[in-house]
Amino acid sequence: MIDLEIPKKLTPLLQQARLVANNVFRPISRKYDTKEHAYPKELDLLAALLDGLNDGGGGASAKSLSREKGAGGDARSTDEPAKKKSRNGANLSTVLGMIELARGDVGLALTIPRQGLGNAALAAVGTEEQKQEYGDRWIAMAITEPGAGSDSAAIRTTARLDGEEWVLTGEKIFVTAGERANAVVVWASLDLALGRAAIKAFLVPKGTKGMTVVRLDHKLGIRASDTATIVLDECRIPKANILGSADIDTKKAFAGVMSTFDNTRPVVAAMALGVAQASLERTRQILREEGVDESAELLRLEAELEAARLLTLKAAWMADNGIPNSLEASMAKAKAARVANELTLRCLELVGPRAYAEDELLEKWARDSKILDIFEGTQQIQMLVVARRLLGKTSAELR
Amino acid sequence: MVTTKSNLERVAGGPFRWLTKFGGSDLPDKLGIREVTERALHGVGAAAGRLMSGAPRAPALARLARRKTSDASRARSATTPASAPPATATPPSRASEPARLAAVISAGAFDLAPTEDQEMVRATARRFADETMRPAAHAADAAVAPDPKVLAAAQELMLAALVVPESAGGMAETRASVTTVLALEELARGDLGLALAIAAPLGVATALVEYGTAAQQQRWLPKFTADAFFPAALAVLEPAPGSDPLRPRTGAVRVPGGWALHGAKALVPLGQSAELFVVLAEIRGAGPRLFLVPRATPGLTVTPQPAMGLRAAGLCSLRFDGAFVPDDALVGGAKVDDAAFDPAELVGRARIAWGAMAVGGARAVLDYVIPYCNERKAFGEPITNRQAVAFMIADLAIELDGMRLLVHRAAALADRGAPVAHAAALVRVQCGAKAMKAGTDGVQLLGGHGFVKEHPVERWYRDLRAIAIMEGALLA
Repeated sequence: MIDLEIPKKLTPLLQQARLVANNVFRPISRKYDTKEHAYPKELDLLAALLDGLNDGGGGASAKSLSREKGAGGDARSTDEPAKKKSRNGANLSTVLGMIELARGDVGLALTIPRQGLGNAALAAVGTEEQKQEYGDRWIAMAITEPGAGSDSAAIRTTARLDGEEWVLTGEKIFVTAGERANAVVVWASLDLALGRAAIKAFLVPKGTKGMTVVRLDHKLGIRASDTATIVLDECRIPKANILGSADIDTKKAFAGVMSTFDNTRPVVAAMALGVAQASLERTRQILREEGVDESAELLRLEAELEAARLLTLKAAWMADNGIPNSLEASMAKAKAARVANELTLRCLELVGPRAYAEDELLEKWARDSKILDIFEGTQQIQMLVVARRLLGKTSAELR
Repeated sequence: MVTTKSNLERVAGGPFRWLTKFGGSDLPDKLGIREVTERALHGVGAAAGRLMSGAPRAPALARLARRKTSDASRARSATTPASAPPATATPPSRASEPARLAAVISAGAFDLAPTEDQEMVRATARRFADETMRPAAHAADAAVAPDPKVLAAAQELMLAALVVPESAGGMAETRASVTTVLALEELARGDLGLALAIAAPLGVATALVEYGTAAQQQRWLPKFTADAFFPAALAVLEPAPGSDPLRPRTGAVRVPGGWALHGAKALVPLGQSAELFVVLAEIRGAGPRLFLVPRATPGLTVTPQPAMGLRAAGLCSLRFDGAFVPDDALVGGAKVDDAAFDPAELVGRARIAWGAMAVGGARAVLDYVIPYCNERKAFGEPITNRQAVAFMIADLAIELDGMRLLVHRAAALADRGAPVAHAAALVRVQCGAKAMKAGTDGVQLLGGHGFVKEHPVERWYRDLRAIAIMEGALLA
């Protein structure tokens, strides 16, 4: 039965997330925007709270993301209901929770301990042993290199098997939480001649000899979150630390860790929705107080945001119900991120000087929103994914 | 079909009854969907078997059995003896009580899947759109009128039965906004102008179901569920720039024995043929109300108003020069302060319906440009190998899905009986903008070929301009 309201059972979770956003994030939002690279120790308590929530079965955490395999599946015997029951699982609650957290502060939401992108990858494709060993760590994800951004097939970091160890060499940039995390999922090639099929992901614990954080970036926004450059120089890790299979299957390029993105793109879309919602709320409040009528424009922005929100919930709902969603995940990410960027910038225009000045967080949100249209696949990459699917094109045909 | 029908008898719910009746007609064969109908019914049968084991639906089953034994009593079920009705439905009641639809009770889960019976309605509408509407669209656009044969064929779909309660001769138990938007999207994908002509009477029927008195329902509703297409239209939109549908300039003035209407309405579908108009007019001091205005009303002038698009709907303008209608023409009765009629909800539900039209129209464009642009070659390869083209199509698909979700959310709220004005306002602003974008990009993607009438995209361009302009005329 078609119903697009947020299920009541999630109300307590979302109320908690909103409490955190209002009472933990907002009060320190400007502080860590100004003090870039200072560690927001206020979040340690929060992380403990979130861990508790996750153990309790619900939580706005990347860790809890996973694809339901065959939920509702193919069983259609006479005693099986013809109507599948809609499942509202971890993907939906994570997305909804993230909207609330990012409404508080998206930089801080990105640097909650133990909620890294690497945690999502581990949850998606890790073995039981790996989850045992790394499940309670904070895991960053290192993909981008100085010469390889959107084109992750062009990465030059290599992994070579030497006896019972992998030996990793290369340079990774733009590693979110790269300094603060306890481990890093590093993407590296087993054979540079074999292209993307040879690219695998490896779990590298912090403190491993040969892996060094060499630099932290100064950024336009999300300054509360650290962005690191990491150098791997003959860095040795156990053979068991590969995520997924070590086989090179040229037919299944990027399957495996790449599929993490089907689950995490809606979460980044949710971050965009949260930032945009914060801007719209504050703008509406200021304009009301000042007696300025921009109701038509505010309604237009709200409608765009609502369309983006529903696309995001759809992608998450599909994942919860075992329906392949990589098209919808990219649609949601593309729409939510561009709406958030347009909306946060437009709000500055509507409110004017007071919003452009640091008196308000509106200028910060307009800086923070930009990254959301870039990381986890830029706008243009999402459009490629969507267009190729719709038009039945290969990446060689539509480049 | 015999076994299928016996399974069906065990199941309650309006669309199921619609299926039964629909399955009994020869239309499924004409549409070539007999097989899919039966497959769907098989699933229904399995569900019914489970229902029986729990046996919670006895009253509904009893009602169905009664109808089975006395089919003729269906249209007069107001006389049905008082066996316990299901908790969710308005009981078939005394003739003095109007028949209303019960709200749908939420299952408490976010869900994008239509019910199996809604899927069936959708498949039927889709097939009809492909096979009957699309081939007739070009000619109807040129003729500035719908083909009566198409309207007659549409009546065989019995769509009105989905929105008219059982006790008033239809098959609905619960509100059917979601079912309506699913059907409207498909019809609009076939052709927006014809969809408007086909669905305009459904808007009138829905208004009577929502707001009409028992007498008004008994007089008019049977016409919508009868075998012949009954042309009728809701007149809300006014000609003045920036006019607010909630503050119509068309006024109703109290005169002895009734009301005198003054003012004008614009872009009313089926104007040439409508036998009944339902007109939103302001009663000073009491706000806007709906009035039943038969075509022959003295003081009403109907003038063809051909427009840029939606030409197949036969648009007309209405002028009221002291047009007299009797007391009982006031929809819902003389209690002018009756809180039961909220014009914002009426306008909102029309916007939801127009949102569904936008989705259908944009889908027509998307479904057309994908194969066309994949086949069209320039500079030695398909033009879809270029991002400039491919990204326009990707955008179309993204915005289309966004529109659809906004429409479905608003319709689901309407089915629950929740306020819809705000959700519908979001539908209107988003669909108004994105539907036109789809229309203009559709032409752009075909280039010069899009500008000529050999392809339908120029018509969709003209039709889709209406989404941001229309008010009323349809309801969901």
